[in-house]
Amino acid sequence: MGDVLIFAEHLGGHFPKTTLTAIHAGVELAQKRGANAIAVVAGDAPEAVAAEIAKYGASKVIALVHPALKNYLADAHAAALTALVKKTGAEFVLTTATAIGKDLMPRLAARMNAPMASEITAINDDGTFVRPMYAGNAMATIELDGPIKVITVRGTAFDAAKPAAAASAVEKLEAEIDAATLKQEFVSFNQTKSDRPQLTEARIVVSGGRGLKSGENFTIVLEPLVDEMGAAMGASRAAVDAGFVPNDLQVGQTGKVVAPELYVAVGISGAIQHLAGMKDSKIIVAINKDEEAPIFSVADYGLVADLFKAVPEMVEELKKVKAH
Amino acid sequence: MKILVPIKRVPDPATTIRVLPDGSGIATDNVKWVINPFDEIAIEEALRIKEKQPGSEVVLVTIGQSTWQEQLRTGLAMGADRAILVKTDGYLDPLSLARILAKVAGDEKADIVLLGKQAIDDDSNQVGQMLAEMLGWPQATFASKVEFADKKVTVIREVDGGLETIAFNLPAVVTTDLRLNEPRYASLPGIMKARKKELKEVPAESLGLDLAPKLKIKSLTAPPKRQAGRKVGSVAELVGVLHTEAKVI
Repeated sequence: MGDVLIFAEHLGGHFPKTTLTAIHAGVELAQKRGANAIAVVAGDAPEAVAAEIAKYGASKVIALVHPALKNYLADAHAAALTALVKKTGAEFVLTTATAIGKDLMPRLAARMNAPMASEITAINDDGTFVRPMYAGNAMATIELDGPIKVITVRGTAFDAAKPAAAASAVEKLEAEIDAATLKQEFVSFNQTKSDRPQLTEARIVVSGGRGLKSGENFTIVLEPLVDEMGAAMGASRAAVDAGFVPNDLQVGQTGKVVAPELYVAVGISGAIQHLAGMKDSKIIVAINKDEEAPIFSVADYGLVADLFKAVPEMVEELKKVKAH
Repeated sequence: MKILVPIKRVPDPATTIRVLPDGSGIATDNVKWVINPFDEIAIEEALRIKEKQPGSEVVLVTIGQSTWQEQLRTGLAMGADRAILVKTDGYLDPLSLARILAKVAGDEKADIVLLGKQAIDDDSNQVGQMLAEMLGWPQATFASKVEFADKKVTVIREVDGGLETIAFNLPAVVTTDLRLNEPRYASLPGIMKARKKELKEVPAESLGLDLAPKLKIKSLTAPPKRQAGRKVGSVAELVGVLHTEAKVI
């Protein structure tokens, strides 16, 4: 059986939790197939990050080096990984369905004429995979046929890899890229700056919807609750479309999928597409003045109230709990 | 500019999805069929490009059954110039769909292919990227802004931590995200004109491509249902149960 190559995403010398999720899922897949899980860290100077990633349980780590891999670009990365698959004889290429994973993996799959399973939530023993369809209202069991198979995993469906007993070996390889064929140019990355936990990594998420009425209210009303709970902040599509908050806060079918221990939905009606992004949260709380709002159908605890009164009150109540 | 816009017919996003008891698919008796919302955004973007670059042509293509003509007519009514229906009755996986679109893009000598980032039924988010690779073209996925300066295209993309800007020359593939634009409604004159616009049907088998699926859907099941929750009477009660009952704070 061929090995599992795990594409390990990183930026600025760090890697997000989603990379550890990919390693965990890749190791699980490799174990089920009786093969090895090899993490691939690509970049112009990825050796230090590769040494860190080597601590998390992959059989081996490859630091794939090339100047063209300095910033993430689909064509350069697809070319480099394809050459590596051919060189190693790998059977699977796997990563988490992050923005990069979603952009890169289908291109890589097409380059190798390989089928791809998007955003799987389970790896079955019989070789099939499970993935959500119809905004998570149907779970599909799918089969991939071919010598090479490409997979992205849903970040919330797998645990993060834990540090292993010993670090694995890191092998440095020059990526095989014909730079003359590259056509994409990285211009800039406008990163939303925040001291808060990452939406996809936080234990608690507090999301605001159109009910907050303005971006200013997100700051004045919601953020005190977010920060009192040490939470990440999310938003419904309606709030992002209205310009209240930046796009990377959107939780939903076509935004981020989160599954924290506690999800608090404030002023969010609960459209199917929003539920698709948070219905696997362990505990769901909804605060909405409309008692018919669909969000209450998935909430473990629902409070029908005016959020402009309830949210500040909740901040005070939480302070009292802390004081005990 | 020759703009190719692939579109897909999907159930209306507000549809209550019911998985059939035998797991072979979803119940379609209550389904209202529409153009995939992200593809509508692609049509709109194509029309705006045409308005800025007179002499451009917007060509729609869909891959499906004859009934999918309805969605092509809607796109033509919005303002597209002509449409192609690649007729197939069977299931085609993303690789096959991309292969067909690559052939159509080549035959049409498209300068740009604009399509939705994902179909809201399948949620695969693969075809645009696969198509770009097959054509050997640059790709810009999850576009929230597309700007042209002669043959150079600059795209702002919605990514995990914020907004990324990339640039490349045409020809290229761009997939649309929610905030790229707000699609227009078809006007009554538009609907009348659409009836006379060319809509060509081409059997998928006649394209001479390998369309055997490599991805097979074995069965569908309904997801596990959440246990019903309850309403609380006050903020104090809410915080109380989160602390003592749910133990999450």
